[in-house]
Amino acid sequence: MSAISSNSGKIEEMDSAVLRFAGDSGDGMQLVGDLFTKTSAISGENVATLPDFPAEIRAPSDTVSGVSAFQVCLGGIEIHTPGDQVDVLLAMNPAALKVNLKWVKKNGTVIVNEDAFQPRSLEKAGYSSTPLQGSELESYKVLKVSMTKLTKSALEGSPLGLKQIDRCKNFFALGLIYRLFNQSKEYTARWLQKKFQNQQDLLAANLKALETGWSFGETSGLFPSTYSIRRKQRTRRPGTYRNISGNTAAAMGLLAASNRSGLPLFLGSYPITPATDILHELIKHKQRATVFQAEDEIAAIGSALGAAYGGALAATTTSGPGFSLKSEFINLAVMVELPLLIVDVQRAGPSTGLPTKTEQADLFQALWGRHGESPVVVLAARSPAECFDVMLEAARIALHYMTPVIVLSDGYLGNGSEVWRVPSMEEIPEIKVAYRKDAEGFFPYARNPETLARPWAIPGTPHLEHRIGGLEKEDKTGAVSHSPENHEKMVQLRAEKVARVAREIPPLKLHGAPNAELLVVGWGSTTGVIRQVVERMSERGVPVASVHLRHLNPLPSDLGPILKRFRKVLVAENNLGQLWYRLRAEYLLDSERLNKVQGLPFKAEEIETKIKSVLGV
Amino acid sequence: MATEERPAMENAMGKLTRKDFLGSLEPKWCLGCGCYGIFKALTGVFPSTGVERERFAIVSGIGCSSRLPYYTNTYGFHTIHGRAPAVAMGLKLANPELSVWIITGDGDALSIGGNHFIHLMRRNPDIKVILFNNQIYGLTKGQASPTTAVGTRTKTTPGGSVESPMQPLAMAIAAGATFAARATDTDGEMLTEIFTAAARHKGVAFVEVLLNCVIFNDGAFGMFTNKASRDEHTIRLKHGAPLLFGAARDKAIRLRQLKPEVARINPGAPVPDDIAIHDVGNPDSSFAYLLSQMGHAGQPLPLGIFRQVQAPVYGEADAAARSSGSPSIEIEKVLCGPNAWTEGADGKIHPLSTR
Repeated sequence: MSAISSNSGKIEEMDSAVLRFAGDSGDGMQLVGDLFTKTSAISGENVATLPDFPAEIRAPSDTVSGVSAFQVCLGGIEIHTPGDQVDVLLAMNPAALKVNLKWVKKNGTVIVNEDAFQPRSLEKAGYSSTPLQGSELESYKVLKVSMTKLTKSALEGSPLGLKQIDRCKNFFALGLIYRLFNQSKEYTARWLQKKFQNQQDLLAANLKALETGWSFGETSGLFPSTYSIRRKQRTRRPGTYRNISGNTAAAMGLLAASNRSGLPLFLGSYPITPATDILHELIKHKQRATVFQAEDEIAAIGSALGAAYGGALAATTTSGPGFSLKSEFINLAVMVELPLLIVDVQRAGPSTGLPTKTEQADLFQALWGRHGESPVVVLAARSPAECFDVMLEAARIALHYMTPVIVLSDGYLGNGSEVWRVPSMEEIPEIKVAYRKDAEGFFPYARNPETLARPWAIPGTPHLEHRIGGLEKEDKTGAVSHSPENHEKMVQLRAEKVARVAREIPPLKLHGAPNAELLVVGWGSTTGVIRQVVERMSERGVPVASVHLRHLNPLPSDLGPILKRFRKVLVAENNLGQLWYRLRAEYLLDSERLNKVQGLPFKAEEIETKIKSVLGV
Repeated sequence: MATEERPAMENAMGKLTRKDFLGSLEPKWCLGCGCYGIFKALTGVFPSTGVERERFAIVSGIGCSSRLPYYTNTYGFHTIHGRAPAVAMGLKLANPELSVWIITGDGDALSIGGNHFIHLMRRNPDIKVILFNNQIYGLTKGQASPTTAVGTRTKTTPGGSVESPMQPLAMAIAAGATFAARATDTDGEMLTEIFTAAARHKGVAFVEVLLNCVIFNDGAFGMFTNKASRDEHTIRLKHGAPLLFGAARDKAIRLRQLKPEVARINPGAPVPDDIAIHDVGNPDSSFAYLLSQMGHAGQPLPLGIFRQVQAPVYGEADAAARSSGSPSIEIEKVLCGPNAWTEGADGKIHPLSTR
């Protein structure tokens, strides 16, 4: 980046920076945010992103309910969260400013499209007078840019209509931001060339807008100084990298698990926010996966269970409301003991709740939300990229133990992204699976003495014809049995089988100061922010430790001893205390809790404040 | 139970017989239940199809009929209420070589599983569906079902049912079923003929069987099954033949402005030109739909194959794409997506060439 010269004076170096792109739903903020992120990642920075968009596709224009935002934190250090406080806000209209100003740090930079601050738009956003004059923005560096007009005049002579020309202003803004961060436009230009290869007018216009935004930043004297990200040390080992969202990583994990197990992949799914992107991704790989868009959530999991019966690596993907509908089929999977992956990309509930907002409140349902004694393995991904590893592990457990496995992701992980080192297949251990073929001594419910798994005898196999179903099974033979003693035995066998999965769990890792007085416990997507806080506080002389659970059922066998080592334990999660409750029940643990259910991930500051109050410092 | 059952031995002629398809469990339906007749015909048809026994998979829901897999020595999956079509879809897509049969009932397929039923019909997978319609909930002991006739007194309709009953064939045909047929439990010959045709059909094959529930709805179809009345109240559909009925073959169906009506004809004379001719292969399903509406108000109830047409089979194109060889793109490239880059030991970054 140092190769890029600047006319506009000094370059400020930063360890990390947080940007937020905000505009109307149709303004293309998710797109430019994503392109900026990929540019940063490809030029060597670490990134973490937080798309924050409304549930409506196109809410009435210029209203606060239609504001769509995309936040990214980039840095030359390890980045665990998209950041608490925004350094640079881009606001394309008054409503975007109104909604997002609260995220901006004091003295932060606010870049507005001043052309959009017209009386009607101001009124729709709820401003009685323009905030560009007056005291409201006093404590920020406000840069007013006439983006609409500058884009329009740059595109004079373009054959595009006025509306299409107006739509190019997001690329003007992106060019401007690239200039501010001394980033290259090259990746974006290539992306545009590919996207609009058959629409030369659109290509030319958007490229021109991008270029014009950049040049305006270069020549207007708008920026008193520009920024560059300092690289303290190399945080990435040699290899192949990409930027990846949690949902894409989950899809890739399924493809990799299919490759490593040698099993055909089947996905049965029904569209639901924020899980649909997994379906979108897998449908692109028709040679590698059978993807069935079912008529409803129940049919989606039913088809997956049918595919598992037929010998496939089978998965279903959903979010809260769909997860509720799948309960009965999860129970059937428990009874017939077939491998099945159920991915719940959690969103804020109950009911339709906040469809585009994140939450971790489906833990109880994953653990216990079924009738009868119904033990299921439950895993949770801790970062977007880790969705890949968790899917692989879930597949391994499901296939080795012949059990359904629930994978909890959430909207924050599913839509958020980070840089991911792409593994080669040799780095991923093979998943050994063998269908039962031998009729000698075959019993449908005879068990592997180690794993307690029953044999997988798939239809089409000669001499192994047998029946399975939801009625209680007789031990070993699998015949229907109503015997009281047999039922109790089978309930315990199913519980024991899931409990034995704990043998697979690697030792827990502690972060921060292992000898601290306080241990912060998190699970799933809170990992990044908790770890960041704990490590930063420990470095600054307030020792705190943290542990982050991927395995929610069974729990890791070393968790109990670890919890006992600390005088105080704080459980932080985006629900009202579901893991807190589970740990209390399991270990008679007296612990503190920090809960947030705003449809948003924790801010580092919120966790730090709570830790200080627990420690009394 | 598998090992206690007869091994899959072929008889001296090298061919499977009905006995090879009987499980070791004796069926536990009520004495006189219509399920027995259907079970007998079905297990008789299986060996005649030429399909190996291990390639049969019977998927059922919940209800009296759905116990059938337990009595059949094939692969069988007794699933949950109404959801057999979902499981069967996944099974067939994952394992296209199987002969997949769904066993369901009127409550199972049309009430709790109504949505799946419609979508199964419209998608046209190569799956066979036998709906045991006894117009009552049997296993829960006698509540009204979606097909219960108006006026029928049940535990949940003590004053007589007031709901308009669902017509399974009409629904299947409207949803796009490429094979649709109806038979009664007492006519083994017709059941055999229809199940055989269903087995041969490429695509979804829907068969409604009217069966008697001796306990909770005895005699509901007596008019259509009793020797004394059946010829006057049913009409046997034959492809290419005029729609004649009556013991004396003196009645026929003709269309008057899209309305079927009963016409008296002279049994000895040539069939008049205005009498409808049955055509199972008509690509337009309107006539099959009209037939499916009959059976009330003095009109006979049609039995036999209503519709049998060819259409693209769900999943076949995708299965062909997958079996055409190994994927054209390596898994590593798939994982990389279009925007990956490499970082060398020197920290230098090189974009991977986009594909």
